[in-house]
Amino acid sequence: MSLSVHLPALQVVLPLLSAPLAVLLRHGGFAFAIVTAGAWAAFAIAIGLWLQVGESGTISYHIGSWPPPWGIEYRVDRLASFVLLLVSGIAAIVLPYSRASIEREVPRDLHYLYYAMFGLCLTGLLGIVITGDAFNIFVFLEISSLSTYVLIAMGRDRRALAAAYRYLIMGSIGATFIVIGIGFLYLTTGTLNLVDMAERLRAVESSRPVLAALAFITVGVSLKLALFPLHQWLPNAYTYAPSAVTAFLAATATKVSVYVLIRFWYSVFGESLIFEKLPLPQILLLLSLAAMFVASFTAIFQDNLKRLFAYSSVGQIGYITLGMSFDSVNGLNAAILHLFNHGITKAAIFLLIGGMVLGLAKAGAVPPAPTFDRLAGLAKRMPLTCFGIVIAGLSLIGVPGTAGFVSKWYLILAALEKGQFWIVGAILLSSLLAIAYVWRFVEVAYFKPAPEGTTRQEAPLSMLIPAWILVIGTIWFGLDTSFTVGTATEAAQQLVKVGR
Amino acid sequence: MESSLVLRVVGKLLIPFILLFALYVQFHGDFGPGGGFQAGTIFAAGIVFYALIFGLDKTRQVVPDRLVETMLAAGVLLYAGVGVAGLLLGGNFLDYFVLDQDPIHGQHRGIFWVEAGVAITVCGVMLKIFYMFASRGQSEGNEE
Repeated sequence: MSLSVHLPALQVVLPLLSAPLAVLLRHGGFAFAIVTAGAWAAFAIAIGLWLQVGESGTISYHIGSWPPPWGIEYRVDRLASFVLLLVSGIAAIVLPYSRASIEREVPRDLHYLYYAMFGLCLTGLLGIVITGDAFNIFVFLEISSLSTYVLIAMGRDRRALAAAYRYLIMGSIGATFIVIGIGFLYLTTGTLNLVDMAERLRAVESSRPVLAALAFITVGVSLKLALFPLHQWLPNAYTYAPSAVTAFLAATATKVSVYVLIRFWYSVFGESLIFEKLPLPQILLLLSLAAMFVASFTAIFQDNLKRLFAYSSVGQIGYITLGMSFDSVNGLNAAILHLFNHGITKAAIFLLIGGMVLGLAKAGAVPPAPTFDRLAGLAKRMPLTCFGIVIAGLSLIGVPGTAGFVSKWYLILAALEKGQFWIVGAILLSSLLAIAYVWRFVEVAYFKPAPEGTTRQEAPLSMLIPAWILVIGTIWFGLDTSFTVGTATEAAQQLVKVGR
Repeated sequence: MESSLVLRVVGKLLIPFILLFALYVQFHGDFGPGGGFQAGTIFAAGIVFYALIFGLDKTRQVVPDRLVETMLAAGVLLYAGVGVAGLLLGGNFLDYFVLDQDPIHGQHRGIFWVEAGVAITVCGVMLKIFYMFASRGQSEGNEE
């Protein structure tokens, strides 16, 4: 038996197995070990799949040996393998970090459930990416969403429950819309397999049920990916969730939703419908610009550091969708690149903030919210943490030498290619807003006097190291772009070719 | 309600049949309407019925919390385990054809254990939800 053939199934099954095992053992330490092992295995498998796709092209795996379109097919193409790497990689980094982080942020008797939920969330996200079956997408979406609500509600702040509830309502509306859309598609094509569906849709492209399906799916997924103005659930959810959860979600959940949108638009409905017959690119362009400016502007005036970067996430998603709105290989390339680059950047920032709030807490107490008045002169106390946030902040702005620069560069190239110079101006202008909110942190942490008697007291190493791996990642992928740009370009070419 | 003699007698009479009916729905799911989900719910309903008549504390002695939590994890494990078994026997994940010499028997065997997993988890989840709602307001102490 050759194991490498079964990597697509194991990609999802190993994290899935880790979750119930964590519940069975009912012990925080064992749960931690087993879910972390599951995530690391998933990361190793994702690397394996990425290599396999490079060697032999798109992988198709038939669950239960039922051939598609009857059975469920797992399908790994370039884009899927790239997103799988991001999701499982972030999980593999965040989980070891969780140990010290949730010690104070989550009640001790809930620790094993935290890990179980984390395993399920990872399963769901990986499943969404890898499956080639429309209904399966919905099922995995629900698995990841439901476990996300629980993870957010585990935050010690009482508002975490309200935030989780709000996300539950919005997320359920989104999921319902998606399943209604999938229902319409099933109704018109009689198939749930995405590849088969795409072929059959060609004949009935502009019929009303197909357009309704497109509308439902687009709005539903936009809710999940927090496209402006459907982002209302995001700031509170990110602010009050435990730090490790925020980092994981910011880097993966919205990104996987972007993946679903790309998948449906390019691989199922096809570009001729999306970009030529409907005014979708114009709408998306406007919403993206609104996100880039309004959300970034709102971010500047936040008092809570986590909330500030949550709003910044909404703004950064604007760049991703902006790339999609161009309808070109370069635009899609920029979107996929930014999906990855922003993922690791934001995860680094939220991980560092998690270490920061732990340092702000008195011994044994629940960590307080990282509001700016508590951060005065923090650089003196936690130089490494603050420096890491500054570097990741530079990547958010898009300073050359960081990952954020690379994706913005390709975004600008795509805009120039279309001859739309004013969009280039808009991208630069919105980067100024990013400078403003990152500067707020720098000003408070570096230039405000520290309270009397401040000594150096960093976050524990088990939290600093994962965070700094990602910080170094933002620089690495800013300097050596062969992996990210190469994969994203290949993925974009594959998708655009399929659509036309 | 605990004092009502009629309820207690009728309950004691009915509950075994409810549980038996759940098993019928479970194992007859191959040939008629039914299956793991329905069976798990009916089984849980029988236990909820018991709790309504004899009280939550007594039910917790019969079906302890620990068991409920084990059930909801064990069912998922059983389901995924069938999938992995298919994989180990040389097929794809969740491949039932390879579970027996004869593919049709393999399908039977596969769906049998998968449905068992579903029933166990569904029953566990139903009871867990019921316990959590029913014990709200009773002083658990550390629930803030």
